Amino acid sequence: MRRPAFPGLRPGFKGRVWALIVKESRQIFRDPSSLAIAFALPFVLLLIFGYGISLDARHVPIAVVQDARTPASEGLVAGLRNSPWLTPRPYPDIHSAVEALKLARVDGILWLREDFGRQVLSFRNAPVHVVVDGVDANTARLVEGYLDQVWETWLAQRNQRGRDLSIVPVDLEARLWFNPDNRSRDFLIPGLIAVIMTLIGALLTALIVAREWERGTMEALFVTPASILEILVGKFVPYFVLGMGGMGITVVMATALFRIPLRGSIPVLTLTSALFLSAALGMGLLISTLAKNQFVAGQIAIIVTFLPAFILSGFIFDIQSMPAPIRMLTHIVPARYFVSILQTVFLAGDIPSVIVPNAVALALFALFFLAIVLAISHKRLE
Amino acid sequence: MVPDDPASPILTVSGLLKTFPSPAGRETALNGISFDLAPGSVTGLIGPDGAGKTTLMRLLAGLFIPDSGSIAVMGHDPASDPLSVQGTIGYMPQKFGLYEDLTVQENLDLYADLHSLPSEGRRLRYASLLSMTGLGPFTGRLAGNLSGGMKQKLGLACTLVHRPPLLLLDEPTVGVDPVSRRELWAILKQLVADEGSTLFVSTAYLDEAERCDKILILYNGEILGSGPPEMFRREVSGRSFRATSPGQSLRALEPQFYRLPGIVDSVLQGNTLRLVSESTAPPDPPPGAGQIQLEPVPARFEDAFMVRVLERASGIDRSRETPTLYDSAPRNGNREGETAISVHDLTKRFGAFIAVDRVAFSVLRGEVFGLLGANGAGKTTTFRMLAGLLPPDEGVLTLDGMDMRRSPAYARQRLGYMAQKFSLYTHLTVRQNLVFYSSAYGLSGVRQKERVQRVARAFDLESFFETQSGLLPQGFRQRLALAAALMHEPPILLLDEPTSGMDPLARREFWRVIDSLAVLGVTVMVTTHFMEEAEYCDRLVILDRGRILAVGNPAEIKARVAGPDLPNPTLEDAFVTLLSGAAAPAGSAR
Repeated sequence: MRRPAFPGLRPGFKGRVWALIVKESRQIFRDPSSLAIAFALPFVLLLIFGYGISLDARHVPIAVVQDARTPASEGLVAGLRNSPWLTPRPYPDIHSAVEALKLARVDGILWLREDFGRQVLSFRNAPVHVVVDGVDANTARLVEGYLDQVWETWLAQRNQRGRDLSIVPVDLEARLWFNPDNRSRDFLIPGLIAVIMTLIGALLTALIVAREWERGTMEALFVTPASILEILVGKFVPYFVLGMGGMGITVVMATALFRIPLRGSIPVLTLTSALFLSAALGMGLLISTLAKNQFVAGQIAIIVTFLPAFILSGFIFDIQSMPAPIRMLTHIVPARYFVSILQTVFLAGDIPSVIVPNAVALALFALFFLAIVLAISHKRLE
Repeated sequence: MVPDDPASPILTVSGLLKTFPSPAGRETALNGISFDLAPGSVTGLIGPDGAGKTTLMRLLAGLFIPDSGSIAVMGHDPASDPLSVQGTIGYMPQKFGLYEDLTVQENLDLYADLHSLPSEGRRLRYASLLSMTGLGPFTGRLAGNLSGGMKQKLGLACTLVHRPPLLLLDEPTVGVDPVSRRELWAILKQLVADEGSTLFVSTAYLDEAERCDKILILYNGEILGSGPPEMFRREVSGRSFRATSPGQSLRALEPQFYRLPGIVDSVLQGNTLRLVSESTAPPDPPPGAGQIQLEPVPARFEDAFMVRVLERASGIDRSRETPTLYDSAPRNGNREGETAISVHDLTKRFGAFIAVDRVAFSVLRGEVFGLLGANGAGKTTTFRMLAGLLPPDEGVLTLDGMDMRRSPAYARQRLGYMAQKFSLYTHLTVRQNLVFYSSAYGLSGVRQKERVQRVARAFDLESFFETQSGLLPQGFRQRLALAAALMHEPPILLLDEPTSGMDPLARREFWRVIDSLAVLGVTVMVTTHFMEEAEYCDRLVILDRGRILAVGNPAEIKARVAGPDLPNPTLEDAFVTLLSGAAAPAGSAR
C-alpha cells in the first residue's frame, strides 16, 4: 500500500481530486451559462460602472427664479453659471419652477425673492430659498453643498470688493485627498472586484453544485471512492482559479482602460482577494448543501451574497450615512471588509492599519464558512 | 474481503427498517425486510412505484442510514463504513448522473480516475465496455447528444469501469424504449456470464421478472415473496384462462367477470379477456354473457404477482359498481362506427427536426385507441396537436367532424385532456380543483354542484374532498386529474401516459373507469409505455421517429411479426421487431 502524500489523506487523493478538477474545468468551458457568469457579466458590469453610472454631480440643472432682477441677484446667478457642477435655468416665477422640478427637468430651485437686493444691502439675512429634489438623496446632498459653495464664493467676492460687509467667520476650502478629481469611477471599479468575486464564488458555485443534485450526478458521484473532502476540493479549486481570473481581468481593465490608479501592491491585492474568494466559495458551497435545486440556490445566493455585496458593502452607498441598525448589519457582510481593502489598495496604497484588520475579518469569514461546509456535508442523501 | 465460500451470500440484509418524516408523523418505507443475494446471480427487485425499491438501493449503497436492521455488503456495513462499500460496488441510480457536457470518453475517464484504475488496464477495459454497449463509434460525442437508450448504456459502462463484483441497478430500464430495454438486458446477461458479477436490478415492469434468476416482490415496504420466476408461475399454473366471445369485444362484460366469485384478476387483451381464477376449475361465465369460450392459457409471473398483492391488499370492495359518469351518453344521437378523430398528413417540425411526419389515422367513436412509440417518437407532440395546444405545420385534423384549425374553441369543448404530468393545482383541495375545472368549461350553479358530486363519487374522491391535491396518494392524484378532465362530459378523451407511477392494482381500477367510459361511447385516445396496457386498446398505432410504423388491433399487429421462430409473439415482441426492422437500412419497406 502506498503511503498517503499527507497524513490523514487516503491513497489516491491527488488522482481523484485531479480527475474532479479536470471534469469541472471541462464543464466550465463547455457551458455557456458558466462562461457568461464568469466572464461576460463582469465585463458588462465593468462597462456599466466605467461608463454608464456616475455618481458625480456635474452640470446639474437648477431652476433660478428672480422675482426682481437686481445687481445683487444677477451677481449670484453669474456665480452659479461659473460653477462646473451646476447649470442655472431661468424660470419666470416659482410656480413654473416647481412644475419643472416635479417633471424632473431640474434637480433644484434657487428662489431669490423680490426683496433680495434690499435685504443684502441692509445687512440683514437675505432670503434665498433653496428647494432640492430629494428623490435622489445623493445628488440632493451634492446640490445643496454646491449651492452653499456658490453662495459663499459670492459673498466672499462682495467682501473683497469692499462694497459690503458680511460676516463670514470661517473660510471653508474643500480639498479631496486620494481622489482629487472626485471621479466616482475611481472608487466604484475597485469595489466591483468584490461583486464579481461574489458572483463567481457564491452564485455560480451554488448553481453548479445544485445542478449536480438536480441531474443526479451527485448521487452517482457519491457511490464512488471519492470522499466528501475530495468532492469539495474538486469544486473549490476550479472556481477559485476562475474567481482569481475574474479579479485579474478586472484589475487589468481598471488600470489600463479606465486609468484607475493602483497605489498599493499586487501581492497585497492578490492575498486579500484570495481570502475574500475563499469566504465567497464557502458561502456558495454552504448554500448548495442546503438548497439542492438551481432555482432556490440561485435565489438564496442572490439575496444573501450578491445583493449585500452590492448594497451593504460600501461599494455604492456610503456605510457611514446608513441608519445605525443597517450599519450594524454591514458588519456581517464579508464584502464590506473587502471593499474597504480594495478602495484603500487602489486609491491610497498598502495601509496596514486599514488592510490588516479587514484581512483578518475576511480570513475569519473564510474559515467559518468552510468549516461549516466541511462539518455538515456528508455523502448521504438525507 | 470476498468470502472464500462461493455459496455464501455477497449481500445480506436482515430486519431492515427505514422510515421518513411525513406530514402525518413518520411514513414507513421499508418495514423490516430480510434477504440475501447469492454471488453470480441476477436478482430482480420487483414492485410498483412507491414500494420502496429506491430506498432499499440507497440503503445498500450507503446513501441512507437505516432506522434499524443490518446490511452486510461483502462483509462491510454501508452505514458505518460507506467508503469501503462505495469503492467496491457499482451503483447506477435511477436518474443516472452522466455529465452531459462531457464526451463519452471523458465520462468513462472520470469514473476510471475516481476508482484509481491503473492506466495499463484501462485500454482493455474501455475496449470491452465499448463493444459491449455498442458505444465504440461515439466516444467523442457529448453524452447530452446521445439517445435515451445510449445514455443508459453509457451510465452502465461508467458503473462497470472498475469491474464491480456487485452491481446495484435502480430501474435501469425506466423511460427506455423496448428495443433498448432488450439490449440492456442482453448486456447484463453477458456481464454475469463473462465476469461472474452479481446483479441486483429493480424494476416496475412485471415482464422483466422472467429475465431474472430470482425475484423479490416488494410491495408497500414488505417482501411479498422471493424465489425463481418458475416458482411463482407454478403457484398459479392451471388457473389462467382466456375468455373469448366470437365477434365481439369483452370490454363491456369485464366488470361482470371481475365480480364473479372465485375470480382473482381479469384484464383485457385485445378482444379477449384474461382471467386468473382461485382454482384450476374454469369459472362459469356471468349469466347473460352470451356465448363465451374459455380456454386455459399458460401462467405468467404477473398472475402470481397479482395473487400475492391481492392477498395482502384486503378490503377491496368488488361489488362496488362504477357509477355512471355522464348524464347523457355520448352515444346518443351518434351512430356507432362514426369517426370521432381523423388525422391526415399531420406534420410538425421544430426547426430542422421533424417531430411528426405525415401521420394519418382515424379513431371510431367509443374506441380505445393507443398511441405507442419509443421516447421521442412523436407521441406527445401528436397529442398536443390533437388537444389544440400546438398548431400543426401541415395536415388536417378533425374532431367530431369539426376542423381543428377553423373551430378550435368548439373542438376543445368536445375534448377532455389529461397531461402526462400532474397538472392540477397542488395547493387547492380536491373540491376546489374540480370546481375550478368545471367553471373553466362553463359549468355553474346547481349543475356544477351536481357534476362535482357525481364525479367525486365515481372516482371515490369524496373522502378526500378537503385534502390538498398535492398530498393525495399517487393513484388518487391520477384519478383526480381524470375527474377534472371529465367535468364537462367530453365525448373525446385524450390521456397522455395516464397510469405512469401507479401500482398494478390502481392501474387495473383506473382502466376499469376508462373501459366504462368507452362502453358509454366516449372515444379514448391514450399513450402508454406499459406494453400490457397496449393490449387493453381496441386499436393502436406504433410511431417511430415521427412516422407510423403500424396500425391495427393488437392481434393484427402481433400477426404481422409472427413467424416460425416466433409463433406466439407478445405485443412487445411485435414492437421490437417492427422497430428494429425500421432501423435496418431503409429501402426494404418502400
